[in-house]
Amino acid sequence: MAELKINQSLITPETAEQLVKICPFSAISYDGELHINSACKMCKLCVKKGPKGAVEYVEDEAKVTVDKSQWRGIAVFADCADGGIHPVTFELIGKAKELAAVIGHPVYAVLMCNGDKGYSERLLKSGVDKVFVYDSPIFENFTVTTYANAFANFINATKPSSVLVGATNIGRSLAPRVACRFRTGLTADCTRLEMKENTDLVQIRPAFGGNIMARIITPNTRPQFCTVRYKVFSAPEQQENATGEVINCAVNPDWEEPSVRVLNVEHKPPENDISESEIIVAVGRGLKSKDDLQIVQKFADSIGAQLACTRPLVECGWVDASRQIGLSGKTVAPKLIITLGVSGAVQFAAGMKGAECIIAVNSDRTASIFDVAHYCVIGDMYECLGELEKMIKEAGK
Amino acid sequence: MNIIVCIKQVPGSSNVKVDPVTGVLIRDGADSKMNPYDLYALETALSLKEAHGGTVTAVTMGPPAAKQVLLEAVYMGADNGVLISDRRFAGADVLATSYTLSSCLVSLGNYDLIICGKQTTDGDTAQVGAEMAEFLGLPHYSNVQSCEIVDGKLKFKCMLGNLVMSAEMDTPCVICADGEINTPRLPSYKRKKAAEGNADLIKVLSLDDFIDKDPKHYGLSGSPTQVEKIFPPEKMSEHVVVEGTSEENAAHIYKILCDRKFI
Repeated sequence: MAELKINQSLITPETAEQLVKICPFSAISYDGELHINSACKMCKLCVKKGPKGAVEYVEDEAKVTVDKSQWRGIAVFADCADGGIHPVTFELIGKAKELAAVIGHPVYAVLMCNGDKGYSERLLKSGVDKVFVYDSPIFENFTVTTYANAFANFINATKPSSVLVGATNIGRSLAPRVACRFRTGLTADCTRLEMKENTDLVQIRPAFGGNIMARIITPNTRPQFCTVRYKVFSAPEQQENATGEVINCAVNPDWEEPSVRVLNVEHKPPENDISESEIIVAVGRGLKSKDDLQIVQKFADSIGAQLACTRPLVECGWVDASRQIGLSGKTVAPKLIITLGVSGAVQFAAGMKGAECIIAVNSDRTASIFDVAHYCVIGDMYECLGELEKMIKEAGK
Repeated sequence: MNIIVCIKQVPGSSNVKVDPVTGVLIRDGADSKMNPYDLYALETALSLKEAHGGTVTAVTMGPPAAKQVLLEAVYMGADNGVLISDRRFAGADVLATSYTLSSCLVSLGNYDLIICGKQTTDGDTAQVGAEMAEFLGLPHYSNVQSCEIVDGKLKFKCMLGNLVMSAEMDTPCVICADGEINTPRLPSYKRKKAAEGNADLIKVLSLDDFIDKDPKHYGLSGSPTQVEKIFPPEKMSEHVVVEGTSEENAAHIYKILCDRKFI
């Protein structure tokens, strides 16, 4: 197995101290001997940045690699469990077409439904080469194992190289289930995707819970799974004369999960979904008290914006979780977002980078939000809001 | 009803940066805490136990220091904890982590329900619960809002996009509790006092305790994904810095709003 080998002969109190400092995960300790504990994330920084030879990375014996040429095509899961195709599906088809162009692969859509209510036609018009349709009453309600059985059937029959799944509630249940069944890699919530000529999908996402991006690949297994959130990519134009074809796939009734019985399904009244909003005012830890939310809300109302927030405000119970932007909240791509007192952790930035115009107000000039903002306003959010309110009032007269 | 709750110790702050020159990660402060989403999962388990009896076992995978979150779970009301700790698990991705947890559960046996949190605040993948269920061959539902046990079966409500689905699932099964679904109880001082000196409360397992002892199936070796490179997030190439009096700042924003026809 791949492991880190410590050359204790090269470890002195000085080199040990250096190594302990290098490890970002506090996994290295020294008590006369150097130890690496299970907090190690195998980032190998101790190998690369530490004293030469002190810690070595010992590779596996050659890993068994699949024959990548046997796996062709980029498949997109068409999420239509909510009665219509979820728009993230089209965004992924658009991206899949770009990726497929690099390696000359076809683009597929995979659809499970109870009655094809024009779904496959819409998918064809978005430019896919083939739509694989699994149409049966067993797909009326979403049961993850039932859907996973059909998805596995598709993968076994078609052998796609990559599988792109929208990070909807359903996609987040289904993608891991199927990826696991094929003992292959899954990268969640990718913010960028690229294709290598050897068909390795380059998946980029924030990592290690910090202000860090990682390029992730799945070099030895196929298919390569990833999920992407709604509003990260753009949907392609619908074509009038679609050239793709619909493949109707046989459904085995035994695929139905026997241990789940759906009792009732209700539509939840749609709330003010911030991911659909064109203007957003987002507030962060610069907000001093829950009462001050009224000031921000009033400003948001005055420019017709939705109020959104960062995770800490949800954690302390000031704002409802449905209004949270970021990896653990929602992804938004409005025409305008004004952030007030938001520091701009990478998890937050990942959820709003698609905005056309970002205005950030923060009194800390080193705040990371200024790395992603188009307009960086360095100043106190309260004073700024007060002045803006006056100006808007004045203009209204 | 024997319930297992999978929890994780996460960094107390997300202040991790890459030094742009050396490429070394810089993490401020070594403080850590229980993943906040796991508190809802624990509360769900403890309420079920109160209503139907049985046991609640908290399980975590991590370094020796992760024992702390198991103790916290015990102070909240869990009966005991299991720490899976082994350097051979280092560098595990979603698949290898899920496999390690499922191997541990297979070794422990005797469970009716496994509850996970929605996601962690350090990895943010929300995929481990589902993959673990697949390894164990159990049905699972995510985004579970509420649940109860009726005639030995789990009745639950979950969110599927804009749909609320009510369903019934045979046990054993896996659920991932949604966030904000209950008010997690606080750790009890009495339980903390009672737990003091009781070394049996937290069991520590390593690869040697599992049925599948092949180290190739765990850690970095068992991970199909590879991190090719880490890098700081890209910065905006063009941006305007406004730094004046409050009035000037506000006037600048006001002008952008007008120019772009938001006002």
